[in-house]
Amino acid sequence: MTQEQKDRSEHLLQVEELKKYYPVRGGFFRRKVGDVKAVDNISLELKRGETFGLVGESGCGKSTAGRTITRLFKPTEGKIFFEGRDITNLRGSELRDLRQDIQMVFQDPYASLNPKMMVGSIVSEPLVNYGKGSENSLKQEVMDLLLRVGLPEDAYFKYPHEFSGGQRQRIGIARALALKPKLIVADEPVSALDVSVQSQVLNLLKELQAEFDLTLLFIAHDLSVVKHMSDRIGVMYLGNLVEVSDADEIYINPKHPYTQALISAIPQPDPRNKSERIILSGDVPSPQNPPVGCPFHPRCPQVMPECSEKKPHLKEVNKEHRVSCLLYE
Amino acid sequence: MSNQEALLEINSLHTGFEIEGKTYHAVKDVSFDVKPKEVVCVVGESGCGKSVMSLSIMNLLPKHNGKIDKGEILYKGRNLVNLNDKEMNKIRGKDISMIFQEPMTALNPVLTIGFQMDEVLINHTSMKREEIRKKSISLLKQVGISRGEQIVHEYPHQLSGGMRQRVMIAMAIACQPQLLIADEPTTALDVTVQAQILELITKIQDEVGMAVLLITHDLGVVAEMADRVVVMYAGQVVEESDVDRIFYDAQHPYTKALLTSIPRMEEEREVLNTISGIVPSLKNMPKVGCRFVDRCPDAMPECSKVDPQLGETEKGHSVRCLLYDASHPGKKTEVR
Ligand SMILES: Nc1ncnc2c1ncn2[C@@H]1O[C@H](COP(=O)(O)OP(=O)(O)OP(=O)(O)O)[C@@H](O)[C@H]1O
Ligand SMILES: Nc1ncnc2c1ncn2[C@@H]1O[C@H](COP(=O)(O)OP(=O)(O)OP(=O)(O)O)[C@@H](O)[C@H]1O
Ligand SMILES: [Mg+2]
Ligand SMILES: [Mg+2]
Repeated sequence: MTQEQKDRSEHLLQVEELKKYYPVRGGFFRRKVGDVKAVDNISLELKRGETFGLVGESGCGKSTAGRTITRLFKPTEGKIFFEGRDITNLRGSELRDLRQDIQMVFQDPYASLNPKMMVGSIVSEPLVNYGKGSENSLKQEVMDLLLRVGLPEDAYFKYPHEFSGGQRQRIGIARALALKPKLIVADEPVSALDVSVQSQVLNLLKELQAEFDLTLLFIAHDLSVVKHMSDRIGVMYLGNLVEVSDADEIYINPKHPYTQALISAIPQPDPRNKSERIILSGDVPSPQNPPVGCPFHPRCPQVMPECSEKKPHLKEVNKEHRVSCLLYE
Repeated sequence: MSNQEALLEINSLHTGFEIEGKTYHAVKDVSFDVKPKEVVCVVGESGCGKSVMSLSIMNLLPKHNGKIDKGEILYKGRNLVNLNDKEMNKIRGKDISMIFQEPMTALNPVLTIGFQMDEVLINHTSMKREEIRKKSISLLKQVGISRGEQIVHEYPHQLSGGMRQRVMIAMAIACQPQLLIADEPTTALDVTVQAQILELITKIQDEVGMAVLLITHDLGVVAEMADRVVVMYAGQVVEESDVDRIFYDAQHPYTKALLTSIPRMEEEREVLNTISGIVPSLKNMPKVGCRFVDRCPDAMPECSKVDPQLGETEKGHSVRCLLYDASHPGKKTEVR
């Protein structure tokens, strides 16, 4: 086995130089006039049983990355390996089989549940679709799942609108768990919830991960939440992964100027500990027309002349700590 | 009990909505004040009445179903509740300005930024036409928009969310108000842009010498910005004190629970504290007793029988909870 093959089988998921572009159409004939480079080069790997947090600001491509990795979207370029197997171009029944192992939980619990279906049917749907469980065992299994995620027993016979936001998120989690997947991609699962309800759902996800031996890709824009949940964290900016590291390390010792600014910008709930903020100037550029060179250079407080010419790549600076920045090349 | 030094003083405000022929109080007995040049943060979860409270101050409640039923809102001693539209128009934008969470709803999409900014100055000052445009551009500079000369000719949709919020702030401070009410001004923005806007508000507050009533659900923003904090739950003020005591010496079980349920960057915790259940909806609000009782870890039997009153437990620290009410037998002997 080559080192490369070995890495691929050790990791549950491996993403290599992934790109996902959306076509931009314009003019009378709706011709393609450009691309939104939503994901413009990310490489990462998920170790079995870990939680990997993907963090970044609105529009940086987190959701696109999550959906492309789970193969809800077809990648524009790059490769994805799941348990050592290349899933980049799977189609039809093979892709369908893959869905048993990879499930998603979405941000908006309102939009992601069919309002006309009873909760019991929503949660059992994947089991039925994949021909899992007999009719008797099915209902019991779903009841157990509902109880496990903290819903009342009679939830089975109710409809989504009868539940609060936090409870609906529990329904979404139960559905994602039904097929006993190996990987769950949770895309902003608590962003729509109130603080007091957020912590309920975060605790639940943590418990379930340990109990079901799940690997979790946890996507959020709130770095405090991501740090609480994750073993390792990847920071995205304008379609690129700019830093990957252990969760504590990235907080204590951020390397990329963007990560440094992001961390310093988070208001800390402690009036006795107001740290100096790094205030970035300007706004995030459009992913349709990203800057040449380093995507962050127009806003970077530590910009150097070569940053507008050369595009940096993820390089290891410490063990398990990778940064994409010319300062470290 | 008029407070001499207060710029704004709210006394026992009750604001109700008529739904299916019945009145429900979204704000029920809210009292607090804002002193000149002070930053007061109002914090609470979605639906607790923060926006209804600020709309009540500005007299901007939806006319068809919303109404102040009781209480007073004193601005420099003058009760705003009794003012008619014309009188209120003179105060809005001049003495008290407001910015909202989504600037897009407050800006008119078919008018240029310059036109909308000029309008504020035309309404509230006697400046000449040609001075007005210059002033608008200099206001844009003040909020950190350097391309002011161009921006005045652009439309709201051509600007990013952070830029729109800057324009709103520029309009709000055009007449140097003494009070700025900011209702979740950064909730729709990214953290790095939020940091820009919060810094801007602080800078302008300094320059103009205005007081700020900042409404947010983010305890981080509160810690960063506030001099004093008003904690709301289900339409009521449950605790009020200076920012340090709210974070280091909270008394109300809700405030305490909220503070321990947020993940913090600097500490490792396997499990976050949770508050069981959810906020009761307007229609399901308990008729009598504490509104937090169902979710309260310290609830006592009498909590669902008696309405707790907001009372001072020490100078400058008020709490609405029977545990701290000396006239009730359940009072905690070892307070804290
Ligand atoms: N279907 C689509 N067609 C064209 N462009 C898209 C599409 N979906 C997303 N985009 C664009 O791709 C970029 C990345 O979007 P994405 O939703 O992945 O970001 P995100 O990091 O999840 O943001 P948020 O935090 O707002 O959820 C954005 O500029 C977005 O406008
Ligand atoms: N126009 C209205 N008609 C009827 N009920 C209303 C109206 N506006 C607000 N309410 C109700 O009043 C209560 C308080 O709402 P408010 O908007 O003040 O909450 P909030 O604290 O600002 O919440 P958020 O953090 O979500 O902005 C809610 O229960 C809401 O449903
Ligand atoms: Mg997203
Ligand atoms: Mg509001």
